Amino acid sequence: MSRSNRTESPRPSASLRRRDLLASGVGLLAMLASAHAVEMKGIPAWNPVEDSPPVPVRPGPWQFFTPEEAAMVEALVDRLIPPDEKTPGGKDAGCAVFIDRQIAGPYGEARGLYMRPPFHDGEPTQGWQSPLTPATRYRRALAALDKHCQASFAGKRFHQLPAELQDKLISGLESGAVKFDNVSARGFFDLLLQNTQEGFFADPMYGGNRDMVGWKMIGFPGARYDYRDWVERHNEKYPLPPVGILGRPDWMLAHN
Amino acid sequence: MARKLPATDVVIIGLGWTGSIMAMELTAAGLDVVAIERGPWRDTATDFPPSFAQDELRYHIRHDLFLRPAQETMTFRHNANQTALPIRTWGSFMPPNGVGGGGVHWNAETWRFLPSDFELHSHLTQRYGQKFLPEDMTIQDWGISYNELEPHYDRFEYLCGTSGTAGNIKGQKQEGGNPFEGPRSRDYPTPAQKQPYAPVLFAQAAKDLGYNPFPQPSGNLSQAYRNPHGVTLGPCSYCGFCEWFGCGNYSKASPQTTILPVLMRKKNFTARTLSTVVRINLDNTGKRATGVTYVDSSGEEWEQPAELVVLSAFQLFNVHLLLLSGIGTPYDPRTGDGVIGRNYSYQVTSSVDGFFDDKNFNPFVSSGAIGMCIDEFNGDNFDHGSLGFVGGGYLGAVMTNGRPILNTRVPRNTPKWGAQWKQAIAANYLSSYTAATHGSCYSYRDAYLDLDPTYTDAFGRKLLRITFDFHDNELKMSQFLTDRLGDIVQKMGPREMNKHPRAGSYNVTQYQTTHTCGGAVMGSDPTTSAVNRYLQSWDVPNLFVTGATAFPQNAGYNPTGTVAALAYWGADAIRTQYLKNPGPLVQT
Repeated sequence: MSRSNRTESPRPSASLRRRDLLASGVGLLAMLASAHAVEMKGIPAWNPVEDSPPVPVRPGPWQFFTPEEAAMVEALVDRLIPPDEKTPGGKDAGCAVFIDRQIAGPYGEARGLYMRPPFHDGEPTQGWQSPLTPATRYRRALAALDKHCQASFAGKRFHQLPAELQDKLISGLESGAVKFDNVSARGFFDLLLQNTQEGFFADPMYGGNRDMVGWKMIGFPGARYDYRDWVERHNEKYPLPPVGILGRPDWMLAHN
Repeated sequence: MARKLPATDVVIIGLGWTGSIMAMELTAAGLDVVAIERGPWRDTATDFPPSFAQDELRYHIRHDLFLRPAQETMTFRHNANQTALPIRTWGSFMPPNGVGGGGVHWNAETWRFLPSDFELHSHLTQRYGQKFLPEDMTIQDWGISYNELEPHYDRFEYLCGTSGTAGNIKGQKQEGGNPFEGPRSRDYPTPAQKQPYAPVLFAQAAKDLGYNPFPQPSGNLSQAYRNPHGVTLGPCSYCGFCEWFGCGNYSKASPQTTILPVLMRKKNFTARTLSTVVRINLDNTGKRATGVTYVDSSGEEWEQPAELVVLSAFQLFNVHLLLLSGIGTPYDPRTGDGVIGRNYSYQVTSSVDGFFDDKNFNPFVSSGAIGMCIDEFNGDNFDHGSLGFVGGGYLGAVMTNGRPILNTRVPRNTPKWGAQWKQAIAANYLSSYTAATHGSCYSYRDAYLDLDPTYTDAFGRKLLRITFDFHDNELKMSQFLTDRLGDIVQKMGPREMNKHPRAGSYNVTQYQTTHTCGGAVMGSDPTTSAVNRYLQSWDVPNLFVTGATAFPQNAGYNPTGTVAALAYWGADAIRTQYLKNPGPLVQT
């Protein structure tokens, strides 16, 4: 299209996500009188400020967890993925930070999911039916786990227990032997395990998989985008180290 | 009260694959076309450039490109005795959203159905007798033949630049292709993709067992290709971020990479995004559509009058809009009468994991439609006489990626967490592989779609209700296909092999495929079909309905090739027949 076809983009209303308004970057654009449909004719132009990049997490204090909750979550993720000689565990990989930032964001409030009542329990194969958001499930389950530990182990908290006892408790959550009052303990185990593994293997910009330890452990090269030279090199180990969407730590150092 | 817009010749509901094809064809016929799309505009440079497209968490796990269930979802139950509950987060299938629709985030496996698939009921009853079919199975013929559809398959493949090896050109068998495929008029536009290690091993094992392996037809291109509209696609880079993701390389066939750059330039085409069609309007006879009513993202309601309405939303939403608009007779499972919602079907998939010593598959080197397949056990390519089921599917080494959050495998009896889990993941990631079966799903009297009595969407409309479960026929088929796949994987020499046939009740939380089918099927009898052989509504002749909605039952292949070929076929009927004489193209 010719640049002269381009009209000024209207300013997106604050209530809408910018990504939903990408259409404001198209060639010939006409807003229907005061409406929020976007009418498009002509060729969409690329504009470098109108993309929908991901939002990396920032270092800093916990955003959702209290310090007590965070200590429990760090201990939990370090048993779900324990450290060994070769690879750090869930804690040092940043899984708790990952979960904290996820729960503090749209995922934690179940944004975008169908949350209309009535809520009924059905068959497990009919899918998740709880009115509780992931944030509420973490808050309630961590409080219940803390209560359970303090009552069972002379006032000790989860992260103060020896690893064998921690594992026994986690197995109890998994099997349903440990129950909580106002939230499903088994459901919490599933959620925590899923989020921990996400944190271990997701792009490092989300706070987990620190230094790409999860990817290095298995041999996944990360956010690379061109293996044309490798598709017919059979049974050979791919030699290049992993790279994340933001690059690699050694690239960052070069800037400092 | 809706504000009325100036009338247009054609209004298209949904700007995915079939909406784009219809828009391209009908604007070429000189018609003014307005397409109304619920989601946003999407394009490569803005939404999924290679600088951040490779994000498993965002796109696969958190469903960034898909419809939000809060906007619209469905309820689900296994049978009429259960209470349907809403699908609150997507699982088994992934409804698309936005310009390009599912064409943005599909794997681009570009298959044709078998000639016998289109005459399924006639073919099976002739070969095995009427009594061979389960009593409650409601399969039927499509009212169209493979030969009629062939030129339209060809158009779609040449639109996309599909990479493959022909098995049958004009009746001549071709070395290295699928010997069971229907005759094609010419070769694929581009050669097959190169194959990674596991598909090559799989093909050798299949050959050793006497089968005829061939490359899966792929819309991830083996080389650059300029299509008949003048749009150029680039070669696939085997990045392993295909299904669930947009392609940053312009190398996956999608409306964005094949049609939209030309369509958007046309003066007689307008796309309206962020606008949800809430109903198709009828005149007071109920036999003529006057256009559609839609709601924009500010909540304002608009009426778009049109001479011709093309309903080309995702399959489930097509049926939903027909029911909400009062078009056609809703299906009643007790009497078997009515057609809207009838013959809902799906896809029956299964897998076999192999764990190997001394092998490195580099599973991350892949594409969405990579792989080697065999078709000996698809459709009626094999004798079912002694097997006690009908249907089949392709078997293949078609693993699309090595993304680590979801696509890792562990040996039997590995705990789900802890040191043993960690060690097993680390030891097996590069040296294990999952092969798959892709099986048919036939239709039954008790599998259907209607409106839910309880749950509503953001506009207060009743949700669509899915009543569906797998039947014994399909589970037997899956066991058989999985065993045959196991024979091949075993021949590859694994240390350990685990078979996962489809078993038990349909699980709406577990991703299988997005191949939901039927509900407004095509056919030659208005008492058992909602649209005629040209996809034209029997009840409202100025309404055409595209998509897998038209499938009377699903075959053992990915559906998009057939969905797109039907769209070309329907567009052709509009251009060459309907416009000359608007009215029913088939007399009842």
